[in-house]
Amino acid sequence: MIPALIPMVTGASLTFWICAPLAVLGALGLVLFRKAVYSALSMAFVMLNLAVLYGTMDAPFLVFVQIIVYTGAIMMLFLFVLMLVGIDTPDSVIETLRGQRWLAALAALGTVGLLFFGIGGSVRSGPFAGLTEANAIGNVEGIASLVFGRYVFIFELTSALLITAALAAMVLAHRTRVTEKIGQRLQAAQRMRDYAETGAHPGPLPASGVFAGHNSIAVPALLPDGSVAESSVSRTLVLRGAALDPEDLRSMTADRFAAIEGVKEEEGDE
Amino acid sequence: MTNPENVLMLAGVLFTIGALGVMLRRNALVAFMCIELMLNAANLALVTGSTMNGGLDGQVASFFVMVVAAAEVVVGLAIIMTIYRTRRTTSVDDANLLKL
Repeated sequence: MIPALIPMVTGASLTFWICAPLAVLGALGLVLFRKAVYSALSMAFVMLNLAVLYGTMDAPFLVFVQIIVYTGAIMMLFLFVLMLVGIDTPDSVIETLRGQRWLAALAALGTVGLLFFGIGGSVRSGPFAGLTEANAIGNVEGIASLVFGRYVFIFELTSALLITAALAAMVLAHRTRVTEKIGQRLQAAQRMRDYAETGAHPGPLPASGVFAGHNSIAVPALLPDGSVAESSVSRTLVLRGAALDPEDLRSMTADRFAAIEGVKEEEGDE
Repeated sequence: MTNPENVLMLAGVLFTIGALGVMLRRNALVAFMCIELMLNAANLALVTGSTMNGGLDGQVASFFVMVVAAAEVVVGLAIIMTIYRTRRTTSVDDANLLKL
């Protein structure tokens, strides 16, 4: 028999050597990206790679749970909160504790050393059992018989945990209203009161302007005397500098009208 | 089959990176995601243990870890939102009311 000079490469180990570096890269991205959204995306990437690794280790049930629960639910929850908090919230780069980075790196080295040589040394080497026998009745069926058999009490406890978590989220998200809710009726009454006291116009705000070339909401409307109606453009657009200059628009409109007049005159000549 | 020792090493590396992130990052959300990374690394180790020993107990344990992680994320994110609402920040440095 020919001795195997080249170690046999199976599909599973090939997948491992592709996915493991990608997972480590994603994890490094999670720590090193300054923007929280990039961190969240690299975290989702790590989770997907781990799902593939579960697939190579005879755990098809966990592949789907990993993708649905972790990548689907948990990471999207993170992204929702990121959107609520605002992605622009800066992460300070100033060290508040002196030498924190070096100490953290040292601690990380210590952790990896402990895991590799301390605990890794006690891991017995092969031959490993593999899951062919345990998965004989099917992976999902095997897990189900354990969850509803040997671990049924823990399973019941998780239901209590989930209910507690849902309650906790509702309690934490609850906000006591300190002012009265302003409904349509109150708003209308307030408008009329403003009109009586200050003379503020009770009707809707004027629409944006319509010119020959533009009619977007960034276009200010003109009053009958030719001045700009300030309230016709949103203050946000004005502050952002997105509002257009009415003089340019006016000259453009005048040019268009002049062109139309010119065509009319030519036609009249013929 | 993948060599389980390599997978355990990967789990160790991922756990360490997660721990490093918790120590380095000041954004509460990113620190929280690093905790999730550590939980994922532990899950990977559990699944590997399952293949090494030929039982599905490791996979069941990993499943329970996912359930606990989901509950933890709900409460943790609610706390981060509450802190953000009162203090307008997600930096863990600014939640210092208990500091002497």
